Amino acid sequence: MKWKDLLAVATAGALVAGCAATAAETETASASVSSLSKSSAKAAFPSTYKRYPSDNVVITGATIFDGEGQQIDNGVIFMSAGEIVSVGGPDTAIPTDSTIIDGTGKYVTPGIIDIHSHLGDYPTPSVPAHSDGNEATSPVTPEVWAEHSVWPQDPGFSRALANGGITSLQILPGSANLFGGRAVTLKNVPARTVQAMKFPGAPYGMKMACGENPKRVYGNRNRKPATRMGSLSLTRQTWINAQDYRKKSKGAKPPKRDLAMETLVGVLDGDILVHNHCYRADELNQIIDMSKEFGYKVTAFHHAVESYKIADILAKEDICSAIWADWWGFKMEAYDAIPENAALLQQAGACVVIHSDDENQIQRLNQEASKALADGRAMGIEISDAQAIQWITYNPAKAMGISDQTGSLKPGKMADVVLWNGNPLSVYARPEKVWIDGAMLYDANDSGRRPVSDFELGQPGEGDVK
Amino acid sequence: MKHLATILVSSLALMAAPAAAETIAITGGKVVVGDGSAPMDNATVVIRNGRVVAAGSNVTVPANARRIDASGKWVTPGIFAGFSRIGLVEVGAVRSTNDTRAADSVFSAALDVQYAVNPFAAPVAVNRAAGVTRAVVSPGTGNSMFGGYGAIVDLGQDSDPITKARAFQFVEFGETGHRRAGGSRAAAHILFRAMLEEARTYSRSPSLFDSDLMKASDAKALLPVINGSTRLMVHVNSANDILKVLDLRKDFPSLKLVLVGAHEGWRVANAIAAAKVPVLASALTDLPEGFEELAATQSNIGRMKQAGVQVGIGMINDRDAHQLRYSMQYAGNLVALNRIPRAAGLSWDEAFAAISSKPAEIMGMGSKLGSLKAGRQGDVVIWTGDPLELSTQVETVFIDGVEQSLSNRQERLRERYRNPAPGALPKAYDR
Repeated sequence: MKWKDLLAVATAGALVAGCAATAAETETASASVSSLSKSSAKAAFPSTYKRYPSDNVVITGATIFDGEGQQIDNGVIFMSAGEIVSVGGPDTAIPTDSTIIDGTGKYVTPGIIDIHSHLGDYPTPSVPAHSDGNEATSPVTPEVWAEHSVWPQDPGFSRALANGGITSLQILPGSANLFGGRAVTLKNVPARTVQAMKFPGAPYGMKMACGENPKRVYGNRNRKPATRMGSLSLTRQTWINAQDYRKKSKGAKPPKRDLAMETLVGVLDGDILVHNHCYRADELNQIIDMSKEFGYKVTAFHHAVESYKIADILAKEDICSAIWADWWGFKMEAYDAIPENAALLQQAGACVVIHSDDENQIQRLNQEASKALADGRAMGIEISDAQAIQWITYNPAKAMGISDQTGSLKPGKMADVVLWNGNPLSVYARPEKVWIDGAMLYDANDSGRRPVSDFELGQPGEGDVK
Repeated sequence: MKHLATILVSSLALMAAPAAAETIAITGGKVVVGDGSAPMDNATVVIRNGRVVAAGSNVTVPANARRIDASGKWVTPGIFAGFSRIGLVEVGAVRSTNDTRAADSVFSAALDVQYAVNPFAAPVAVNRAAGVTRAVVSPGTGNSMFGGYGAIVDLGQDSDPITKARAFQFVEFGETGHRRAGGSRAAAHILFRAMLEEARTYSRSPSLFDSDLMKASDAKALLPVINGSTRLMVHVNSANDILKVLDLRKDFPSLKLVLVGAHEGWRVANAIAAAKVPVLASALTDLPEGFEELAATQSNIGRMKQAGVQVGIGMINDRDAHQLRYSMQYAGNLVALNRIPRAAGLSWDEAFAAISSKPAEIMGMGSKLGSLKAGRQGDVVIWTGDPLELSTQVETVFIDGVEQSLSNRQERLRERYRNPAPGALPKAYDR
C-alpha cells in the first residue's frame, strides 16, 4: 500500500518517458477534431459508454438509505430500464413482471462514489511502467488529461465494485504539480477502452495542488516552486495568462489552440470543476482568496485534513472537503489530522465527502464513513446513519457535477444501486449485489458476476473471491 | 511540542508510581479472554501487581480492589499489533523523525530498534487511546536484506517501552530481498547463506574475523539466528518465495522462522503448516501490488487457518507506524468474509485472537502477553461495545495493570476546534 502523494515524489523520474508519448498522441488526436477550441475539447474523446441489459428489479423489505440523508425502513425500490422508478415504504406499489428480491434484514444504498481515485493511472501491479499519474516534468500541466493514462485493465476497478460497491469514480492526476491536469469521471464498468467507461455528460474536473508536494518535487530540482510562496506566485501567474487567453479567444482573432489554456478557461467559464489537493487550514484559505482574485470557484478541497480548523469558513464559501476518515502523520502537513474532521465539518454545515485516494480503502469507503461518524458521535455531534451515507453518495456526486444523474435513489436517476448483506456502516457488512444503470454487474452469490480483468486471466487466483 | 512534552511528563509523574500496585476488579462486562474462546457475559477481570489474576464468571472480587463497573461494556486484552513500526516514526516523510531504516549505515543485522523506539512519539499515544497496548516493532531494511533486531514493546505512557529487546531478526526475501541483495532472488539466497556462514566463521575466532561481506557486529548479530535462540522474521509474499524460504532450514535446521506478509500463503498453506512456521499475515491485501502477490485475497488468513497454520494479523508496510488502530477493523472484516460464498474468514473469536493472543504466541510471549489468562501482564481494555465494530469506542486502557492516560494531540486539537471560530482570545489561548 502506498500513498500516491509520496509515490509521486519517489518515482517522478520514472514517469517521464511513458507520459511524454501519451501526451503526443493526445495532441494529434484532439487537434484533428475541429479548429474551434472550446467545442473541440468538449467533443474530444467522447464517452461511448452504453448501459448493459437490465431486468425489472424490485427489492422489498430492506432498510434504504436514499443518499440524501433519509432512511426508509422496510422499504421498496423498483428499477426498470436502467433507471430508478420508485422508492418508498412498504406500501409502495410492486409492479408485476419484475424480479423480486427479498431485502429483509438487508440494506440498500445508492452506488458508492469515490471522488478521489487513481485507479487506472496508478494501477496495480504498481510497477514503474504503470506509473502514469503525475506528469512531473513541469509544475504547470493543465494540458494533460488523466483519462489518457487510465488503464482499464487495472484489477482495482473490480475490487472497488465487489467489495466497496463503487459505481462511479473520479480519476485524478497526482499532486506533484500545481496544475495536475484534467480529471475524468468513470462508471465502474469493465471495458476495453476508457471511453467506454466515461460517465456520459459528466463535467471535467481539474486537479490542482498546494503545499508540500509541488515544492518538494520541483524544489529538489532547484526549480520553482521551492516554497509555498513560490507555488502561489506561479499559480497566480498562470491564472493571469489564462485570463488573457480567454479575453483573446473572445476577440476577433482567436489565438492558436492551446490545451493548457483550454482547460484553464474551462475553469474560469465554470465548465470545469476545481479539485484542489490541499492539507493545511491556512493554505486552504490562501487558495480561497486566490480563487476570488481570478473569479473561479473551488469545488472541493481534497485531503484537507485541517478543514475542521476553518469549518465555518468552508461552510460559508460552500466548498466541499473530500477527506479520509483518519489518515495522519505520513507527512508534515498531515500532522494535525484528526478523526473528527468530517463530523466537525458536518456540525458547521459544511459539505463532507469521504474519499479514498487508495486502491485498498476504496473497497471500504462505507467503513471509513462509519468510523468518521462514530468519532463524531463520541464527541457529542449528532449525525444520522443516513447522513453518513450521504458523504459517500450524494455529496461526491454533487461535487463531481453528476448529482442530477446519480448519487441518490430518486425516480428518474440512474439505477446505480448496492444491496448490502447488512448495515453498510457495520464492519460485518459487504455488498451482495451491485447494479450500474440497472445492470447487475456484481453478485456475491454468483461467481459468474464477478469481473476478472485481462491482467488476471490465466494468473494464480483468477476469479477468486478476493 | 513543548506543550506535549509537558503534558506527558506531568501525567506520568501523577500516575505511574502509585497505580502500579493497584488491585483492580472490572465487573459485569462481557469478557473476551483473547485465546479464541467465546466471550463470557457478566464476567469479572481482576488485576493485581500489574498482572491478570483471574478472568471469568465465578471470580471473587478482592476486598481491597478498586471496582470498575463494566456493565454493558466489553472487556478484552489490549490489542497486540503483530507487526509495526510504532515509536520509530513521528512524521513519516520527515526523515529526522523516521527511524525505520538506515540506508546509509555500514551496519545491518546488528542494528537494534530498542534504541530508537520513542515511547513519547505521538503515534504511541494515539494508538494507545485506541486500545493498542503491545506491538512487534520491526526495523525496515536499508542497503542489506537484513534489517536488524526488532523488539516487543508496550504502548504505555511511561519511559520504558521495551518488553523484550532483540526479540527477532528481520530479513527481506521476495521482491525487496531481490533488490537489497543486488538484483535477483538468486543473489538474495546466496547472500543469506553466505552471511550466515560468515557468522559461523566469526564465532570460531572473533578476533581474526575479516569479511568482505559484513562487519563483525553484523556477524555476531546473526549467531542467535543460526542457533534458533532468536526468531528470524522473514518478509516474503509469493507462493514460490515462501517455499524457498521454508527450504532454508535444509541448510540451517535450527532457524526459527516467522513469516510476515505472506500474501500468497494460502496457495502453499499445507507446506507452511507442515513446516510448523507461524505467519503474521496482512489481513485485507487483495490486489496484485506486485507480481509477488498475484493471488492475494482477503481469504488468505482464513484459508491458512483452515490448513492448520498458526496465524495472526501483522500489517507490514500498511501504515504500520501510525494506524495500528486499524487492527480491530481488519479483524472485523475477516469475520465479515464468512458470509460471502467461497470466501474464508475467521470466526469472531478467532479474529480477536488474531490481534491478541496469536501474535503474542507467535513471538514466543504467549505465556506473558496477549490474553486475560491468569498470570498475563495486565493489559486490559474496556470498550463501549464489540471491539471489532466500527462504532465502538475505547473507555479505559490498562497496561501492566496501570490505567493509562488516553489524552493525545488529536484529542487536544479536537477540543480546541470543537467550535472553530476564535472566542475572546485567539485559538492559541484555548487549551
